[in-house]
Amino acid sequence: MSENKGGCPKEQRLWREEFSVSSSEQSYVERRQFGKFLVLTSGAMFAGQVWLMAKDWMSKTKTIVWPRKAVALVNDLTVGAAKVFQYPGPNDNCLLVRVSEAKYVAYSQKCTHLSCAVIYSAEKKVLECPCHNGYFSIEDGHVIQGPPPRPLPKVELELRGGQLIATGISVFGEGEEH
Amino acid sequence: MHGFEFYVDPSRCIGCQSCVNACGECGTHRGVSMIHLDYFDREWTTAATPMVCMHCDDPTCAQVCPADAIKKGEDGVVRSALKPRCIACSNCVLACPFGVPKMQVEMELMMKCDMCYDRTSVGLRPMCATVCPSQALMYVTPAEAARLRRDTPSNTFHFGNQTVETKVFMYLPQGEEALEVDVIHDMWRPEQ
Repeated sequence: MSENKGGCPKEQRLWREEFSVSSSEQSYVERRQFGKFLVLTSGAMFAGQVWLMAKDWMSKTKTIVWPRKAVALVNDLTVGAAKVFQYPGPNDNCLLVRVSEAKYVAYSQKCTHLSCAVIYSAEKKVLECPCHNGYFSIEDGHVIQGPPPRPLPKVELELRGGQLIATGISVFGEGEEH
Repeated sequence: MHGFEFYVDPSRCIGCQSCVNACGECGTHRGVSMIHLDYFDREWTTAATPMVCMHCDDPTCAQVCPADAIKKGEDGVVRSALKPRCIACSNCVLACPFGVPKMQVEMELMMKCDMCYDRTSVGLRPMCATVCPSQALMYVTPAEAARLRRDTPSNTFHFGNQTVETKVFMYLPQGEEALEVDVIHDMWRPEQ
């Protein structure tokens, strides 16, 4: 067996060193191996950052065409009531709120902290996330207090012929995206 | 223990089973003996030999272990299987040329002699060597071994084409430098 080690095929040598029978050999790291590890991992991290930057840049330059979707009739909601609807996809829950007689607002229902469903608090006139007491403004969706890191995405509404139509999504502070 | 070596002298074994029982009484593996006491041919001879782990330089048991469970320390002692790694596949049991590893099926763990690592690492002699009444198992310095015995011990064994060098020494018949083991030849019985 002893002569097998030196004579074993080249592709077997690395794992024989990595999983050496001798406990001292197993934990031994060569300078070259360590250097390789450093270069490869930092290279991979750099490539990941570049990829994220490219992705961000691509999403900024691309104009998103939002679908138009009839959400509710004007008379569906009483003042202070809220209704859940799906926009833009069938799994994206949003919350339509009738704040006053003539004012309707809609926001994504997914809290930006840990994706709990936010609810409308009619007495405080804020959007509240019951999981960790996050509060969002009903005016523009910015974070009033609590752990959420970003404002709630707002659904743009259009009133046409007694029907409320969702026309796009914008985020407070990021300008119009649609 | 630094400077101490293990010596096995099969010719002095009287088959008393002291080592087997002493091994089983060790606190770290109570009730499980890791030493083999082999009787050769009871019909013709009373000869017996104790078989401890020989702690090979290049341990076959560890080489064949698919789970990397058997490790050799810097002191040359081949340890028993690591409990979290051993998958009870018995590869080592089949591969060891000396037949040392034992599979504890109910524990799903291979256990073998590790030269009483808990004792020798703190300056005590292995259990079996402390109880052997005929000094068939000795744990002494090479100088002490040379003073006690005229024969020269060997740690080289030939199993067919495989040469095994071990940490443990064995006293061989006078004039032999290495033990040639031909299992097929020894097992051969002409048709009667």
